[in-house]
Amino acid sequence: MRNVWVIAEREYKHYFISPVAYAVAFMILLIIGIIFYASIASLMVSGQGQAPGIDVVLAPLTTLLLFTTPGITMRTLSEEQRSGTLELLLTAPVRDWEVVVGKWLGAMLFILTLLAVTWFYPIVLHQIVRPGIDQGVLVSGYLGIVLFSSATVAIGVMTSSFFSNQIAAFFATLGILLALWMISYPAQMMGNTGGEVLRYLDMAEHFYSTFMRGIIDLKDIVYFVSVTAVALFLGSVTVETRRWR
Amino acid sequence: MIRVFGLTKDYGSRRAIDDLTFDAEKGEILGFLGPNGAGKTTTMRILTGYMPPSTGKATIGGFDVVDQSLEVRRIVGYLPETVPLYNDMSVFDYLKYMADLRRIKNAKARVGEALEMVELTDRANGYIGKLSKGMRQRVGLAQALLHQPEVLILDEPTIGLDPKQVAHFRELIRSIGQDRTVLLSTHILSEVQQLCDRVLIINKGKIVAEDSPEQLQARLRGAQRVAVRVRGDAAELSGKVAQIEGVIQTTLLGDDRFEFETEPALDVRPDVARLIVQSGYDLLEFRPIAMSLEEIFLQLTREEESAQDEADTATFLEVEEMAPSTGAEAEKPS
Repeated sequence: MRNVWVIAEREYKHYFISPVAYAVAFMILLIIGIIFYASIASLMVSGQGQAPGIDVVLAPLTTLLLFTTPGITMRTLSEEQRSGTLELLLTAPVRDWEVVVGKWLGAMLFILTLLAVTWFYPIVLHQIVRPGIDQGVLVSGYLGIVLFSSATVAIGVMTSSFFSNQIAAFFATLGILLALWMISYPAQMMGNTGGEVLRYLDMAEHFYSTFMRGIIDLKDIVYFVSVTAVALFLGSVTVETRRWR
Repeated sequence: MIRVFGLTKDYGSRRAIDDLTFDAEKGEILGFLGPNGAGKTTTMRILTGYMPPSTGKATIGGFDVVDQSLEVRRIVGYLPETVPLYNDMSVFDYLKYMADLRRIKNAKARVGEALEMVELTDRANGYIGKLSKGMRQRVGLAQALLHQPEVLILDEPTIGLDPKQVAHFRELIRSIGQDRTVLLSTHILSEVQQLCDRVLIINKGKIVAEDSPEQLQARLRGAQRVAVRVRGDAAELSGKVAQIEGVIQTTLLGDDRFEFETEPALDVRPDVARLIVQSGYDLLEFRPIAMSLEEIFLQLTREEESAQDEADTATFLEVEEMAPSTGAEAEKPS
């Protein structure tokens, strides 16, 4: 386990050396800022209408993370493969899964840092609206986003293990995430059983109808944890099979 | 320390190494010679636990490289040929990272020692991406030395270094090799002669020769060749030298220089030298020519191929003995 931490720590620090991290942080904070300002401003100008809820932050944050996570995870393993540094990592006394989990944890810590910065908006909102925001939704919403990120980052790290080209890893990850995000659309046309399966696989189904409404359901937690575990497992297997080629 | 039995590795249908068997003991520096694609890097990657062999078995320090890979990796230090490093880390941070992965106690102090060994202390805070090839090589070696490994595996360790660094590197490897096992691959004959206790020559995945560098050269030299430069007419002199008993043949190399070849058992060099001086020539140069690694290698690989062809070996060897003298024109004095 200690190796996981050593790798995660290097990975986390690396995000702050590279410009990608700042670009991602800038984009997320800017766009949420714009949406946030627009929601508040319209309320203040008109002086009426429903006070905005915490979802003015959570909904765009989730969508933005969907598109930025591939950029955050794309280099984790593909860069190591391209530059050959994986050879020194895999000839050090480190297990293959420790490398994969370490990469995942490093990227997760970076996303948690980003999320911590976005707390600025709910705090401001809480000051403005009366009688304050629904703190239950705030907690469940952020818990949902953390679980959602855990799954998307794991998928990103897994996909990164497939390619030695970062751009390929980026688009493949984005493709998988978008597919998982909207896989329940065809479910409407399908029969009961097939539709149920697709709906269960859909990430949005496990997020918008529960976490975003202040509901914490064990079923959804199990879903995101399972996706994380399966993706990290497949990533470790990929690294291991790389040795056999 | 290193035991290799029947090691074979296939990449798809291509056989990279074929039934390699060799040992290396503690305190021994074993050189690994061969052309590109001979299978040196593949063998090293198997020994370091980076990839498993297709068949065969290898142990380091008694641990199996496949089944006890982690134990093997703990006692092995490895410098890959391409020296893959993280360009965006500082030298110190990188070494500290590798030391942490190896769970070295007092990692910082140990990193400092390793940096001192490779004379890079003053660049500790510099970014790896900004280092020259030679400095990267030294960072790679420092990384391999961090955990004071019992076995050091170095793939072309002196490529890209300047002469001063090469000398320092060799000195370092020799001192490490005194109480550890070092396996290194190289193309450079003088490196093998200076460093290695034993040499394996490998071609197309197979070992074609195994011996000490001196033995290998002596065995292959066969006939002795000597290059001579005089003031005066070399053509006339070489005709006289050819008359001496024991001189197989002479080859004119220019107006003032020629080469003669003697029978292996007879040392006629004093006779030749006396003849030159007594004939009134000024002797400017009198230099025995050792067979270069390239020649040794070419000869060995040609022998290998001819054995495979089951061609008329006797005829082949005759041609082989002729080869150095006919090709002597092309050889540059070293």
